[in-house]
Amino acid sequence: MSVFSDWDILRNLLLAARWTVVLSLIAFAGGATVGLLLTMMQVSGRTLLVRFTRLYIELFQGTPLLMQLFLVFFGLSLMGLEVSAWFAAALALTLFSSAYLTEIWRGCIESIPRGQWEASRCLGLSYFEIMRHIILPQALKVAIAPTVGFSVQIVKGTALASIIGFVELTKAGTMLNNATFEPFKVFGMVALLYFLLCYPLSVASRKLERKLNVAR
Amino acid sequence: MSLVSINNVHKYYGSNHVLKGINLEIGAGEVVSIIGRSGSGKSTLLRCINGLEAYSEGGVVVDQMEVVYDDRQIRKLSKSVGMVFQSFNLFPHLTVGQNIMLAPKLVRKLPESEAKVIAQEVLAKVGLAEKIDSYPAELSGGQQQRVAIARSLAMNPKVLLCDEITSALDPELVGEVLKVLEDLAAEGMTLILVTHEMNFARDVGDRVIFMHQGLVWEEGDSKTVLANPQTPELSKFINAVL
Amino acid sequence: MDYTFQFGELLPYSDLIARGVLSTVILAIVTTVLGCLLGTLGAAARAGKQTFLSRAVGVYVELIRNTPFIVQLFFIFFGLPTIGIKLTAGEAGLLAMVINLAAYSTEIIRAGIESIPKGQLEAARTLGLSRTQTFTRVVLPPALEKIYPALTSQCIIVMLGSAVLSQISVEELTFAANFIQSRNFLSFEVYMVITVIYLLLAILMRQGFKLIHYFMFPNLRARS
Ligand SMILES: Nc1ncnc2c1ncn2[C@@H]1O[C@H](COP(=O)(O)OP(=O)(O)O)[C@@H](O)[C@H]1O
Ligand SMILES: [Mg+2]
Repeated sequence: MSVFSDWDILRNLLLAARWTVVLSLIAFAGGATVGLLLTMMQVSGRTLLVRFTRLYIELFQGTPLLMQLFLVFFGLSLMGLEVSAWFAAALALTLFSSAYLTEIWRGCIESIPRGQWEASRCLGLSYFEIMRHIILPQALKVAIAPTVGFSVQIVKGTALASIIGFVELTKAGTMLNNATFEPFKVFGMVALLYFLLCYPLSVASRKLERKLNVAR
Repeated sequence: MSLVSINNVHKYYGSNHVLKGINLEIGAGEVVSIIGRSGSGKSTLLRCINGLEAYSEGGVVVDQMEVVYDDRQIRKLSKSVGMVFQSFNLFPHLTVGQNIMLAPKLVRKLPESEAKVIAQEVLAKVGLAEKIDSYPAELSGGQQQRVAIARSLAMNPKVLLCDEITSALDPELVGEVLKVLEDLAAEGMTLILVTHEMNFARDVGDRVIFMHQGLVWEEGDSKTVLANPQTPELSKFINAVL
Repeated sequence: MDYTFQFGELLPYSDLIARGVLSTVILAIVTTVLGCLLGTLGAAARAGKQTFLSRAVGVYVELIRNTPFIVQLFFIFFGLPTIGIKLTAGEAGLLAMVINLAAYSTEIIRAGIESIPKGQLEAARTLGLSRTQTFTRVVLPPALEKIYPALTSQCIIVMLGSAVLSQISVEELTFAANFIQSRNFLSFEVYMVITVIYLLLAILMRQGFKLIHYFMFPNLRARS
């Protein structure tokens, strides 16, 4: 007695997938901004700042994204802010992404051989000049592939926003499943749409990495 | 009957004709040095002798076994032909003793106790008896290469192939490895070595083979060949390395 | 902010939380063992010659790595019964976790295998070791050693991901949290405590892996 044709299901999923894309983009932009800040703190060499970022990363990498989502959602409302599921999801994913991106970027900066530092020092460059002109340009190239690779994790992470009620691809899937009782088809299509979003990013990341390895 | 018999061997990498008809007979107990410029096909020839590389035409017979590029045949061959590499290739996760005992246990199916005795014997031979429980990373390059030789000897091979085994070593460590080879030669081990150590080739080796562009360009008694090169290519090569 | 935290309200539920912890720990251990084992087999298939099997494993790895865990879980729990494969929530959850970790560990271990220098293989071949012997004795141990940090991190990530199993009513840690907060409405306190427990589990797992590492790779001990 299903009143949903396959086409209806797909159309509704595609409409919801827009929100997955939007949420991913916001989380990536937010995560990159916060992550950049944290990375700068981490390479500043100031003990306190370094400790803070380490702790930050530990906390976000050592706990489930779902818990982070819940804590942001319920924590904000505890502070008297009536937040939408969508805002909470964007904020939680931003914080989550920033921790991972910071870790990735720090690794890239540290992957630049010590000889580069030593040679620059001998040329009389200051710490910030070395960072700005020697290390960062090289680190940036190294960072592109893993950053693109991590964006896949962000897209997949947005699926958890469905649990606090934000209607994106996964939530639309559960709703359609409840309406159609065709879980195999519905979740199969949901998975396929995620795959279509993520796979190109995975391939791009791998291609970029290979290109970099060849260039070296 | 020679121990190693190479018959009109050709090898192509795609369209690159790397070996262009090699003929060689090597008897038991001979010490043969293969010299020649980089890219002349020395490594390829060596690797065709123990089946690491499949040759395209011709035939290789070692210890009355035809060398064919086939897993089972290579396992059989491993009991007659040992090989030592430029880059040691010790197994980093195993101790010196375990490195040496691995093949005797797995391939020759010896019990642990017997394998251990063999390990101690071959290690003593290369002067590293006390390193049996060390890991490769704890040894110098020269010591690692001596362990690699010992590992090959543990299989009790009839012929030992050495591909530039001193080229990756610091100069002061070359001597200790050559000394081991010299001892082996004195014991009557058949050695086929690709080397740039001309003094060793002349003083310890019986025969020198000069390879050029995939061909045996000159060969003969080591002292004669090195003292009186017959071709401009060999004179040029000798002048370049000396 | 004039809110008083009421963590004390959680005490009556400590039993429930303890049972949740136990379930999560068991899920994590079983998943780690099975996932890494399957990952090793998958990597062996991927590293060998291009066969139907190696391609199939490749497709599987890409499918899993490019879709969210929660969707995989829903597909297994809700979708599979419609084609006749009935699973309890616990079985579905465990299956989803194992399938997920196996895909990631396949890729991680394959990278480790590919990092082993060709010379190691040639040396093993020259010594007469068979393909299987070469793989298990010469290639795999140093490969695992090399990727050990990445592999164990992934195991921890999958453990943390098990929080999502609460969505199909597997009675693990997050399920306990959801239950408690539905009773006492102290959402923030409950999730705070549960989050800290997850953090402790993650730290514990990492320490455990360090211990295992100590026994698995004695050559590193010797070097330091
Ligand atoms: N695996 C290979 N694939 C393609 N070409 C190869 C390979 N190995 C060696 N060659 C080519 O074969 C030629 C001979 O190489 P090699 O036997 O290593 O020379 P040598 O050891 O005398 O320096 C070279 O031109 C080299 O480029
Ligand atoms: Mg060579």
